[in-house]
Amino acid sequence: MSIGLNHYLILSAILFSIGLYGALAKRNAIVILMSIEIMLNAVNIAMVAFSRYIVPLLLTGQVFVIFIMVVAAAEAAVGLAIIIAIYRSRETIDVTKIDLMKW
Amino acid sequence: MGLEIAFWILAVIGIGAALTVVLLRDVFRAALCLVLCFLTVAGIYITLSADFLAAVQVLIYVGAIGVLVILAIMMTREIQRGSLSNKLRIPAFVVAILFLGVVSFAVINTPWQLADVAPLETTTPALAGKLFGEGGFILPVEIAAVLILAAILGAIVLVREK
Repeated sequence: MSIGLNHYLILSAILFSIGLYGALAKRNAIVILMSIEIMLNAVNIAMVAFSRYIVPLLLTGQVFVIFIMVVAAAEAAVGLAIIIAIYRSRETIDVTKIDLMKW
Repeated sequence: MGLEIAFWILAVIGIGAALTVVLLRDVFRAALCLVLCFLTVAGIYITLSADFLAAVQVLIYVGAIGVLVILAIMMTREIQRGSLSNKLRIPAFVVAILFLGVVSFAVINTPWQLADVAPLETTTPALAGKLFGEGGFILPVEIAAVLILAAILGAIVLVREK
């Protein structure tokens, strides 16, 4: 059986679900950011697969992936900087203990 | 045939690495598995004949973001405590499985309009034309530059010693 669009989309969905579980169920803020990166990569796989199988000559999906990578890099830099700033002031990055603004 | 073997190997290693990131207690090893997951995603891009994106994936994700995550782990001494789960472990698992089921159902039951054209051999010139050429994405490229600058300044301000 040859590899088609569905294989890539299912792979993307599996990676996204793993990242979703990690982002929802983890305490360590850095692990949550890592799970979000996995989710972004899953979306990128889906984008490139659509670009390859539906509009192979337009490459719009690949352009989208480049912009997603730019935004993901910015998000990782700012997110990790925020985590380090929180660690400096509160000595923990356990998200269940960072609840100053929780009602 | 070679493409199929490569896809299955990369898919299995990638899913295994992603599961290890989520399930492992040791944060540092989880970060190393994350780097492995990024590398397999670059391989997946090659099987989709997106060569430029594979190179960019290795440069940005494996190089920059991998190093950044490991640096953050080393600057916050949470390694001893490890990556524990919170109280929402079982609901989160149920939500992830439900999401996977719904998306798989939608993907399998959608009649995709597949094109019967072979993909481009080298995507870099075409991508450059798309990004910088006439009627392309030149304005988003400039906005992305401003965004990167703002992110760099924000990161510096946030981690600077008072």
